Amino acid sequence: MGNVLERIPVREQDPKVRAANFDEVCLGYNEEEAVAEAQRCLNCKNAKCITGCPVNIRINEFIAKVKERDFEGAYRTISQSSALPAVCGRVCPQETQCEGKCIRGIKGDPVSIGKLERFVADYARHNGIVPTPDAPPNGHRIAVVGSGPAGLTCAGDLARMGYDVTIFEALHKAGGVLTYGIPEFRLPKDEVVAKEVENVKALGVKICTDVIIGRTESVDELLEQGFEAVFIGSGAGLPMFMGIPGENANGVFSANEYLTRNNLMKAFRDDYDTPIYKAKKVVVVGGGNVAMDAARTALRLGAEVHLVYRRSEAELPARAEEVHHAKEEGIIFDLLTNPVEILTDENDYVRGIRCIRMELGEPDASGRRRPVPVEGSEFEVECDAVIMSLGTSPNPLISSTTVGLDINRRKCIIADEETGATSREGVYAGGDAVTGAATVILAMGAGKTAAKGIDEFIRSRK
Amino acid sequence: MFKILSKTQLSAVVWEMVVEAPLLARHCRPGQFLIVRKDEVGERIPLTICDYDTEKGTVTIVFQPVGVSSEKFLELEEGDSFLDFVGPLGRPSDICDMSDEELRKKKFLFVCGGVGTAPVYPQVKWLHERGISADVIIGCRTKDLLFYEDKMREVAGHLYVTTDDGSYMHKGVVTTVIDELVAEGKEYNHCVCIGPMIMMKFCCLTTQKYGIPTIVSMNPIMVDGTGMCGACRLTVGDEVKFACVDGPEFDGFKINWAECMKRAAMYKTVEGEAKLRYQEGKTHEGGCGNC
Repeated sequence: MGNVLERIPVREQDPKVRAANFDEVCLGYNEEEAVAEAQRCLNCKNAKCITGCPVNIRINEFIAKVKERDFEGAYRTISQSSALPAVCGRVCPQETQCEGKCIRGIKGDPVSIGKLERFVADYARHNGIVPTPDAPPNGHRIAVVGSGPAGLTCAGDLARMGYDVTIFEALHKAGGVLTYGIPEFRLPKDEVVAKEVENVKALGVKICTDVIIGRTESVDELLEQGFEAVFIGSGAGLPMFMGIPGENANGVFSANEYLTRNNLMKAFRDDYDTPIYKAKKVVVVGGGNVAMDAARTALRLGAEVHLVYRRSEAELPARAEEVHHAKEEGIIFDLLTNPVEILTDENDYVRGIRCIRMELGEPDASGRRRPVPVEGSEFEVECDAVIMSLGTSPNPLISSTTVGLDINRRKCIIADEETGATSREGVYAGGDAVTGAATVILAMGAGKTAAKGIDEFIRSRK
Repeated sequence: MFKILSKTQLSAVVWEMVVEAPLLARHCRPGQFLIVRKDEVGERIPLTICDYDTEKGTVTIVFQPVGVSSEKFLELEEGDSFLDFVGPLGRPSDICDMSDEELRKKKFLFVCGGVGTAPVYPQVKWLHERGISADVIIGCRTKDLLFYEDKMREVAGHLYVTTDDGSYMHKGVVTTVIDELVAEGKEYNHCVCIGPMIMMKFCCLTTQKYGIPTIVSMNPIMVDGTGMCGACRLTVGDEVKFACVDGPEFDGFKINWAECMKRAAMYKTVEGEAKLRYQEGKTHEGGCGNC
């Protein structure tokens, strides 16, 4: 066994090879590697890692079971708290959550909790182990709007408690951002996402795709139809743009569009009809996980990719692993740089982007140092596509069609942090629809909170 | 799955399908659209809703195949099903929110052409059901492309048909008819124009001349149709709007037509390649240099 201060490295596809395919980058631990990594866990009595987990997985307990090679037991422990362990093991920002609290991390590498979670979930999937409800059916019907991380978690938790849950999904496939947003190379769709959705269905949850709540049916109609409570997990919405000249030119996309074409609509596969813009040199604007996903997708579709971000590397909001992978694959980071204009040719196609250098000033409201333009530092970069990855603003479909549902200044639905309750009795909300664009795991945490809130609400009515 | 109850060829290039979709039919209103996907590998195609029957639970779509995905719709026959049929999307027409009193104050002119004739029909019918008669102009290149003539006549006040080549009824384009009607002393204070972008643009230039407020229905490139992708953005006045959630109907005088037309052509090359691949199979791989 190697140095106990260092984590067991995880096998990955070679950067040069993976830059040209959409197969998963990280190959995960095998049994031996997982057990060896689990040995590094100190099984702290006061396990700090659990407090770092938005869904409070009993991390030390599941890792102890991995040590004993009781992988099924480890899965049962995790699935008490998380409906989507194979997803979380792959996309959670562990470095700022569970692993960020790990005592091992003080002197050396923290335990690879994320990779262990992934291993356990993959083991369960390969061995046909599925979650089981904790309580018999209680006959109460609950509607969940959206089948993304918040909705799946809320539905899964309620189903475990015995509720009769139906999820309504606007798109043709379940999974929300896990399906349309996060790329195949980070989160395989058929192999992982579809199977996690199946696991939620195995708990008795029904999923109706192609139903847009707010259009095909309203929240009020759901309540009239006998659903006793509704959870809104409709996700983030309209993509934001910068408002700079040239932004509506041909070849400027929101990351949402670019990723949806590729992930949900599978433009990268020849057998699908979806067109995607074939660019030679792409500039991605933004520094979050979505920006990394868009950049790495464009790279795999054959482009040279520059990522333009107005702050410095330390402020990049993306997971450390994504930044690391993006660099390995050859994404060029143009930091402390901000676009001021998109340049177009005579037919209104993108031919370049004009940027300005930035420097960091005093900290702003977010606590990060505010980027300020350096006067006279403008320069032009040639490119034939620009992908804007600047976040989203909430979708108005539900808030504008549901009477009495309060929204805040940013048009996010207002929900109680402790219960998920909104201003409408029986209507709960969580995830990006409430917080604005955030992470998968935070949405799951909100789904979990709301499931508890809904359970208490139903019990109080009996 | 959404079953096709009937399939009818309306003109040389336009087809109509009546589809079983009870939930949708119950919530449709004039002016809205839906998204159709034929099968797993197909695109999500936005189509305007052309008619709906709440009691029978059916929705009527009318389309002119332009890309591979809509061309493949024709592979489906009566009794087959679409994999996805989702909506209604977008905001209903302004007329849906007007009181009968407001409606009676309006003198409506509808101008339509090409496949746009179909979505005009439910609006004219809606008004007809409320005792309001609207004048309708249908424009087409030639007689073979005309459809819905009888249907429209049943619900319209006056129906004017015009063909570019004079092969049927009036000879000329829709704007010449507008000019003539105004010259005859007809008065309108609300125009709705749905058709090819170029027709909508010139219709607006004409109605603007006469000070007739004009609403147009935009059909830009879309992916999800629910407000997520932003592909359908367009400039209206000095604002950027998303056709799927803010539209599809907008004030025609404020649209940046040049931008909309360029954006509509964005995937022409890719679409063209895909179409050749669909029509000619693998033989076209490698490219001919023209596509």
